Amino acid sequence: MKPATPSSMIEITLDTIRREVPHQFTLLQACRSAGIEVPTLCFLDGMTPASACRICMVEVEGSRVLVPACSRQVERGMVVRTDSERVRLARRMVMEFLASSVDLSLAPGAQEYVNRYGARPERYGSKDLPAPATVAQPVKVDNDLYVRDLSRCILCYRCVDACGEEAQNTFAISVAGRGFDARIATEFDRPLPDSACVFCGNCIGVCPTGALIFKSEHEMRRDGSWDESRQTQTDTICPYCGVGCALTLHVQDNRIVKATSPQDHTVTGGHLCIKGRFGWQFVQAPEK
Amino acid sequence: MHRGAKLYVVDPRRTSSARWAHAWLGLDVGSDIALANAMAREILDAGLQHDAFIARATMGFDKYQDCVAPYTLEEGERLTGVPASLIRQLAHDYARASRAQLCWTLGITEHHNAVDNVLALINLALLTGHVGRYGSGVNPLRGQNNVQGGGDMGALPNKLPGFQDVEDGALRSKFERAWKASIPPKKGWHLTGMFEAMERGELRNVYIIGENPAQSEADVQRAMHLLEGLDQLVVQDLIMTRTAEMAHVVLPAAASWCETEGTVTNSERRVQRVRKAMEPPAEARDDLAILVELARRLGHDWGHPTAEEVWDELRSLSPMHAGMSYRRLDTMGGIQWPCPDENHAGTQFLHARLWEEPVKGPRALFSVVEFEPPVDTLTEEFPIRLTTGRRLDSFNTGVQTRAFASPLRRGETLDISPEDGARYGVAEDEVVRVTSRRGSVVVPVRYDAGLRPGLAFMTLHFPDEVETNRLTIEANDPKSGTAEFKASAIRIDRLDSGSAGRRDKEWISA
Repeated sequence: MKPATPSSMIEITLDTIRREVPHQFTLLQACRSAGIEVPTLCFLDGMTPASACRICMVEVEGSRVLVPACSRQVERGMVVRTDSERVRLARRMVMEFLASSVDLSLAPGAQEYVNRYGARPERYGSKDLPAPATVAQPVKVDNDLYVRDLSRCILCYRCVDACGEEAQNTFAISVAGRGFDARIATEFDRPLPDSACVFCGNCIGVCPTGALIFKSEHEMRRDGSWDESRQTQTDTICPYCGVGCALTLHVQDNRIVKATSPQDHTVTGGHLCIKGRFGWQFVQAPEK
Repeated sequence: MHRGAKLYVVDPRRTSSARWAHAWLGLDVGSDIALANAMAREILDAGLQHDAFIARATMGFDKYQDCVAPYTLEEGERLTGVPASLIRQLAHDYARASRAQLCWTLGITEHHNAVDNVLALINLALLTGHVGRYGSGVNPLRGQNNVQGGGDMGALPNKLPGFQDVEDGALRSKFERAWKASIPPKKGWHLTGMFEAMERGELRNVYIIGENPAQSEADVQRAMHLLEGLDQLVVQDLIMTRTAEMAHVVLPAAASWCETEGTVTNSERRVQRVRKAMEPPAEARDDLAILVELARRLGHDWGHPTAEEVWDELRSLSPMHAGMSYRRLDTMGGIQWPCPDENHAGTQFLHARLWEEPVKGPRALFSVVEFEPPVDTLTEEFPIRLTTGRRLDSFNTGVQTRAFASPLRRGETLDISPEDGARYGVAEDEVVRVTSRRGSVVVPVRYDAGLRPGLAFMTLHFPDEVETNRLTIEANDPKSGTAEFKASAIRIDRLDSGSAGRRDKEWISA
């Protein structure tokens, strides 16, 4: 985005304080520039907002309904409340729905929102009440690189968008089904190796809840050997082609356990291909 | 394609990129110059050339105009196999675009006339003024993470670091003063030249760092024979490659992208830091440490320099790198050369000088280049054109990529069009014998509807199973030394019947 010129600044009111913000800002950008924290789950810098999770809802005076801060553009004279009781109630409900139906144990950000907004997911079912409806299903393990644990999926659409127009343009996955039965799926729900998937892993890179996860990480977590306190993260450059993607190597006990890419990197904005994301085993292969 | 961009893909194969393109120009292998010259002739006929740019910033236009004159659209179609209407469409869209880039990879450079291919594309950029401005230009996409950096650092037979000519006495003495050593005043051999020198017996000792020529060279049987005949072969690598297996001495190296510190330079000339993320295995050492130790045993004490100290010495000798301190590379996320001082932000695109008033430095030269077909001619005996390349999940001779379990990997195949499958009576998955004038391999067939009849495709990724380079030709460009990996002539024989005679004579176990 180009820096705003003074003539394109407009005045809005954020939590009773008047502020000048660039006219093309979203409410989320305006809040962040003013130092006001708005919670987000589906939003990711650098991608078009999906407006799916509804955790960033804020109250705009004159609007019948709450609006998503991530995608709503500022308007001259807007009066916005980001932490009113109505806003907090909406966010509490969002987190109760999510936390009662989805396994959020690998989503520390979401857990923090559960606590912050006093969500009580047990209201929708617990050991004393009938069990809550959940999205639980068996883990899909159909290849050696990554697994799909859709019991952890909050349908934020980040993976769909990263696979599609926002990054990879492969379109291997989309949302299938309606309402509570909606799930992320390949075409005809085929196994990944039989789908259009090119195994770039950019879906894993953007997944906020661990629903898409490296097989190596999945297995280490399952057998209890995954230990982030013993891991280092080092930024380097991919050893393959001439694009020069940045790789963050996560190393535990002198072995690479996964590779990610920083989203603020100039060259590819955090996106990789199959070789960069998964092709690092040769430095620790037995034959070396 | 997004935001109104147009993409044209010029490739003998209908690749996955071609499926996204507005148009695919499926030209015959090695007819790139004919296509470029036909585009130029059409641009001139339609009056779409950038006259002002040609007048102010170029030279040699008249001779170029004469050279492309015979390449009419019809002649272009005859030489390339691309319909004249498509050549015309690409020529017009390219010339009329406000910004346009020509991007290429080894399909242009792995030919016996590689340099001429590149010059033909540069001619188009000069003709239309699509150079030296943001969003325009000529863009060779590098195939390895530091092939640009290797050249920048002087790993070329005629250059010192920073592309400073080794045969220029003043530049050479600058380095000699800094290094307190004398530098041979004549340029050396490139890789192809080295193999020729081995053949003549002039090169008897070879020290190879991080390359696997025993599997990557075109006409690999010749390469193996020459390597086997050396007095001494030293290989420094992190993997026990086929080349390393042949060596008298193997120096185990650390992985220079995750076990050591340093820099690499990508396709857009961006120098970026690689960092040590883990310890190498006990026996392996940093390339730098190996070289320093080797120097010490040869009687030169270089101390124990860090990667940054070596880089700072480079900055003191190579003006285009002078402004790139490690601190700046870290904070700026890489810098594009040239970057002459520490206040310079780096250079996003080159050749802006061609648009300055008046033009600074020499004018850009149009080159006269003519179409020449590939060396390995198609005949009745060898009727099929074989071209080679990569597949998405694999890399070169596979020594790096074979270690990970790719769900996309299906091993080596001979990819042919379904039409050729019917014509030669070979089914998918049938194992056939593929023979060129140099050698023969046995490989399963795969149909690929993206190939036109008469065109076959293989990779170099699985040399332990299928040694594709037995088929390829080492005919090479005299200027760049690049072999014509992209154009061999082959035939396909069924294994079961009718070919036993030829098999007895020529079959070489794969």
